[in-house]
Amino acid sequence: MKTAERRELEGLALEVRKDIVRMTGVARSGNIGSSLSLVDILVYLYWKVLRIRPEEPHWPARDRVVLSKSHACPALYAVLANRGFFDRSELWNFRRLGAMLQGHPEMVRTPGVDAPGGSVGMGIGIANGLMLASGFDGLDSRVFCILGDGELQEGSIWESAMKTPDLGSGKIIALVDMNGMQMNGPVKDIRNIEPLREKFESFRWTVVEADGHDFDDLEGAFALALKRADEGPSVILARTVPGKGFSLAEKGLLGYPSSPMNRERMEQALREMESATGGTGKGEDL
Amino acid sequence: MKSTLEGFGEGLLEAARERKDLILLHADMDAVPIIDPFVSNFPGRAINCGVSEQDMIMTAAGLALGGKTPVVLSWSAFLTTRAFDQIRTCLAIPGLQAILAGTHAGLSAGEEGVSHQMNQDIALMRSLPNMSVLVPADAASSSESVSLSLDHPGPVYLRLGADRVPDTCTDRNADVRAGSGRLLREGDGITICACGIMVHEALKAAEILSQQGISAEVIDCFSIKPLPSQQILASLRRTGCCVVAEEHNLIGGLGEAVASLSASENPVPVRCVAISDRYGQSGAPRELQEYYGLTFREIVGESAQAWSMRRR
Repeated sequence: MKTAERRELEGLALEVRKDIVRMTGVARSGNIGSSLSLVDILVYLYWKVLRIRPEEPHWPARDRVVLSKSHACPALYAVLANRGFFDRSELWNFRRLGAMLQGHPEMVRTPGVDAPGGSVGMGIGIANGLMLASGFDGLDSRVFCILGDGELQEGSIWESAMKTPDLGSGKIIALVDMNGMQMNGPVKDIRNIEPLREKFESFRWTVVEADGHDFDDLEGAFALALKRADEGPSVILARTVPGKGFSLAEKGLLGYPSSPMNRERMEQALREMESATGGTGKGEDL
Repeated sequence: MKSTLEGFGEGLLEAARERKDLILLHADMDAVPIIDPFVSNFPGRAINCGVSEQDMIMTAAGLALGGKTPVVLSWSAFLTTRAFDQIRTCLAIPGLQAILAGTHAGLSAGEEGVSHQMNQDIALMRSLPNMSVLVPADAASSSESVSLSLDHPGPVYLRLGADRVPDTCTDRNADVRAGSGRLLREGDGITICACGIMVHEALKAAEILSQQGISAEVIDCFSIKPLPSQQILASLRRTGCCVVAEEHNLIGGLGEAVASLSASENPVPVRCVAISDRYGQSGAPRELQEYYGLTFREIVGESAQAWSMRRR
């Protein structure tokens, strides 16, 4: 990846991270740790991979994104707003009564949200159906399913993952945001999901590993997964840091993942993010 | 005599001929006689999802999101319970169009025993906003239910039985839709609302009641949600009392729906013939019907009670 391209993606990721901090700060709730870990992945996906038309969100031939770890919807909302699916001012109504941006995604309300969610463990199954539908219509759409590592504890994930390789032609690429944390602590201490590579391989998926915060690595991982897509489903295991970019969240000092942000924390997070990247952002105050 | 499952199969073939977007998904139900004709008529449009109801519903949701009309078939006992979260999250909340056909419902699972006899499915499905619930009484009504469901927005739960049932729906040309009832017999002494296998019992009960001087009006309430409220209320205004008969637990079914309607709009005595909040056991469906008190005799008895308390 060229330096200028990487710089551009880093700048977009910074804007998205700041918007996540602002929206969860204004809402005083929302899962910030799980959202911040996903940012670089979503930025790469939405700016470099997806065939979409933000001005025509229901374009039939579009690629689909199923956010299975839907508690990270602040990240998705901030990406969709910055990608032009709706006005950024919607972000400040996140979780409010009547808002377009619900606490967990409600597809009928939000342009750019392709699938229902809220109850985890359902992404691969929905992706299977979307892939079948595009096959019936002879479309070349690809389906991207974003999973969390904690939600792989749900049995329904594996029910669906077992089916995907047998669904014939179609392109499903799953990505696991391996931030290592779930609601009550480290995934490995609560219900160990490892060895994950071997699990997916034994389910006949191609496994690609990547650093989920390194755009060069993500570029290689997506390229490999897409190259293999005709042969069957691929999954990118993306190592990430929970709360990436905000020290309190990275260190797990926010406590319970949905603990409310406050003005002080929000300002601290925005300052940290600006200084870490040399202030490439717009410097907008909120 | 055919089962409502067989009737559904016929309606499904008809609908699939007209609608190229209709896709059948089932959870390893090849042994059910309706699958083979579908597969041979529409190769490539039937998907055996294996024994995985949750994945089947999620796949159906994906298909619906991609512009297809999924029709899902499984045992009602497993479809409505194992995949309830998926049904709620992936289909009901977004209001996606789909038919959920739950077969071997009620006592028709017979000898399979309690685990397979599903008498709580109506309660589960009708509690979901956006979900409609249809319970056909005979094969013809069941066949028609497929097109009624496709003409209705959102997901529809279609409750099917595997046991052969007598024909009750005589007026083939009636203008029905999801939300209407079939008036099978007119009367002004008592309103009998029934669904599924209890419609036939209700007609038998009405015959006996007429000999006792009570003129019973029988409504086939095949559409439990939306309920044919105006039709039921109009009948209650004439009769002043009601019996509801259903092959379902007393809690959460048609009986409660009608009682609740009556309580808020026109309070009259409403008595229910249903399964009295208990589980079943192995036995032939007809034996079970006798054992659990789901016959015309109970309808006659309850009708006499309700009639004695009628309010007009």
